[in-house]
Amino acid sequence: MRYLPKSPADREQMLRAIGVRSVDELFAPIPAEYRLKRELDLAPSMAEADIMDWYRQRASETAASGYANFLGAGAYHHYRPVVIDTLISRGEFFTAYTPYQPEISQGTLQAIFEFQTMICELTGMEVANASMYDGSTAATEAVMMASRVTGRHSAVVARSVHPEYREVLATYAKNQGMRIAEVAFLDSGRVNAAAVEKAVTEDTACVMIQSPNFFGTIEDVAAIAEIAHRKGALLVVAIAEAVSLGIVKPPQEADIAAMEAQSFGVPLSFGGPYAGVIATKEKFVRQMPGRLVGQTVDKQGRRGFVLTLSTREQHIRREKATSNICTNQALIALMATVFMTVYGREGLKELAQQNLAKAAYAAEEFGRGAKVLFSGAPRFNEFVVQTSEDPKLLNDRLLGQRIIGGFPLKKFYPELGNASLWCCTELTRRTAIEAAAKAVAELPAEVAR
Amino acid sequence: MNSKIKKARTHVTQNEGLIFEKSSPGKKGYKLPELDVPDVNVSKLLGNAERKDLGNMPEVSEIEIIRHFTRMSTWNYGVDTGLYPLGSCTMKYNPRVNEIAARLDGIANAHPYQPEKVSQGALLILQVLRKALMEICGMEAITLQPAAGAHGELTGILLARAYLESKGNARKKILIPDSAHGTNPATAAIAGYSVENLKSNARGMVDIPSLEAQMNEDVAALMVTNPNTLGVFEQEIHKVAEIVHRKGGLVYMDGANMNALVGKARPGDFGVDVMHLNLHKTFSTPHGGGGPGSGPVACKKILEPFLPIPVVVTKSDGSLGFDYDRPQSIGRVRAFYGNFGMHVRALAYIMANGRDGLLQTTEDAVLNANYLRKKLEGVFDLPYSTPSMHEVVFSDHKQTAKGIKTGDIAKRLIDYGFHPYTVSFPLIVHGALMIEPTESESLEELDLFVDAMKAIADECEHTPETVLNAPHTARISRLDEVRAARQPILRWKPQAQGVGKNGD
Repeated sequence: MRYLPKSPADREQMLRAIGVRSVDELFAPIPAEYRLKRELDLAPSMAEADIMDWYRQRASETAASGYANFLGAGAYHHYRPVVIDTLISRGEFFTAYTPYQPEISQGTLQAIFEFQTMICELTGMEVANASMYDGSTAATEAVMMASRVTGRHSAVVARSVHPEYREVLATYAKNQGMRIAEVAFLDSGRVNAAAVEKAVTEDTACVMIQSPNFFGTIEDVAAIAEIAHRKGALLVVAIAEAVSLGIVKPPQEADIAAMEAQSFGVPLSFGGPYAGVIATKEKFVRQMPGRLVGQTVDKQGRRGFVLTLSTREQHIRREKATSNICTNQALIALMATVFMTVYGREGLKELAQQNLAKAAYAAEEFGRGAKVLFSGAPRFNEFVVQTSEDPKLLNDRLLGQRIIGGFPLKKFYPELGNASLWCCTELTRRTAIEAAAKAVAELPAEVAR
Repeated sequence: MNSKIKKARTHVTQNEGLIFEKSSPGKKGYKLPELDVPDVNVSKLLGNAERKDLGNMPEVSEIEIIRHFTRMSTWNYGVDTGLYPLGSCTMKYNPRVNEIAARLDGIANAHPYQPEKVSQGALLILQVLRKALMEICGMEAITLQPAAGAHGELTGILLARAYLESKGNARKKILIPDSAHGTNPATAAIAGYSVENLKSNARGMVDIPSLEAQMNEDVAALMVTNPNTLGVFEQEIHKVAEIVHRKGGLVYMDGANMNALVGKARPGDFGVDVMHLNLHKTFSTPHGGGGPGSGPVACKKILEPFLPIPVVVTKSDGSLGFDYDRPQSIGRVRAFYGNFGMHVRALAYIMANGRDGLLQTTEDAVLNANYLRKKLEGVFDLPYSTPSMHEVVFSDHKQTAKGIKTGDIAKRLIDYGFHPYTVSFPLIVHGALMIEPTESESLEELDLFVDAMKAIADECEHTPETVLNAPHTARISRLDEVRAARQPILRWKPQAQGVGKNGD
């Protein structure tokens, strides 16, 4: 087998050195009744060319770049600069593990330190960790963190937060005895601030909103922060579309930002791997989950980087740890670091502006033939369209034109009827927008009767 | 120059400062295409939600970016460089065909919410992987949703909780051996259980009398690693399972050490009810400096109704899809379906090996660990005489007489051209050296490692300061970790932070 660097002669030599006659003797500690007496019911080893053939077939059976894609809803289709894969594929980044031995891991450690810095700059927070699994678990762990900081055991969450983020929170909260109260959104698309006010009690650890929210609407972060803080609760702001930070004011008033970094150069990859990150104020750092890289000096006074504040983590504190997280999403965070570096200060702004322009144009075009909801507040690169027909039927027609239409919302927001969520990024072509808007405006033959 | 160091030699490496130190206004690393729609008046659209300035985000050119990260990468050591013997991490070869498969357009660029009818390829990948992993584990159901091992542990314990709740009592405690990885008790706490410690016996295995005494109807589950963190197979695992099951509890297995079992024994056959796998360990997906991982959870049929949603199913028309209609599900543990990119890689690994290659892999992994054990016993103290499977744990007991600890020996290994083993874990061995070579090591590399360890043991005897002050030839010497924790500097700031530029 080509991954195994031993010849039969090598194996023989080693068995002799150990003092056994066959490798089976080394498996004697497994009692005979548990040892598998047959081969695994799997195909025999495959040639590399055959593996690639099999995967090319699967790839051809899955729509991707050949389609115009109007889906967002927590996973965004942005251009990935080619240097990202060039750099992260270097074996020393790619095949290294967690930098527990800093003297031979300075590459990884410095890259994480840069990531932490850039996330702080973009989110307006003071400290950021090295990554969480994704936006949904980052948001969930942020709520758990707020509970530890305040000593309180419930949370108020806007319904305009991504439905799947809320589902993950519900799974975790249930087992921690945390009560989650959900708050409605207004016709503007924003969370109902008056309802937030009513829902927050002395047992509320935090209020969580998402901005831009699931509908693409930018929340009034300052107003919600004021409400939460007045009652002694923290404000957690989840960010699913990181590119928005190029042009939308960061949630400075928040106590904790929980971000999904997928938009920063991470492939859509049918839902993962992505990378979450938690950023917060310095005063809360000891309650933060996840790895942290800190700067220090070596014996000669040279600058270097190490994993630090490890007493928060599972390998030291075990059941008293801030989280059970160990392996996180380091290579994905590195992709994001390269992306943020390529675009940089001017590019992230220009990129965000293009997204804003594409979505604004699309909303206007769609508005000619259907109702665009939530127009009472600013939005970034997503908007909600309400059609007379079921969006699934519309999307079926669009598939025929190699267009993947917006995400139908009935499953998560039945009160919105035939609504769907549409996303435009810098990759969305004007021709696709016009074709989709035309299809939205056209009544299908059966309905037109 | 130490003539005993055979594997490595010093070389000129590039210095490189922080990217912010190379930044200068007006430098660009990008060019966006022209807008094909009308531009917008941002202030008009966003009002006071507009952000004007991106502060200290860097401005550098493309070549500077390439040099920046390339130089930094040369300061690292990876599996591609050589033996990386971290215990229970299974630092095996990361096959490159996995990477090419994962980057195919229909795989890398598929949106998780795109219609099922145009996602059949992705769904088939999930289905084939599920079946292969269930076969390998001897299990009847599986979820690919968890993002890493710890995430899988939480999912598995939540499955156990849901099952017990359906029987009327979720119970209160989880039993965890004192040799367990820290994620195990941390997970139990997050799942809302209290943790009760279970002693290991003199052979380093679960102490059966202790288990008998501690197992009762308040215990929801036992979390066991098999082989355990000493690399030792729990020879009485069937008795362990029987004791737990007799009182209505479940057996959870931490699958981190599956590299010793694939093709040889299946946890489902020896009494395990639910377990997680680490695709980034046993199944070759890259460690990436600390992730991404993937932690599928496989289980017996009794736990299937509780699996996270959605579940991959074959629909009545024969096509594949996701089933969300599962009223007993524990819910979601993350958005979307899991680390699909890692599923692709793990399946490619399974295909490349096939049933024959997987078996040979397991045999080589155990052969390599036993070879190291044989060559190094007598040089280092072996706290447990119990046979080792795929990893071996020594202690620094012989060397502490000269004031040298496992951490010092590890640092000296760096000068010899190796990445260290796992230091000071498992906790039941004082001064542990936890060594897992994996099957990816040639006899030559193993012999170089043996020679290096013997040379260092010799230095511990005769020139201990060499070991105590190691490493000597890395770019950086031992870092002040106490200072890092006491005066945390967790980000770069524009004003000088008291040290030289360019990493000097």
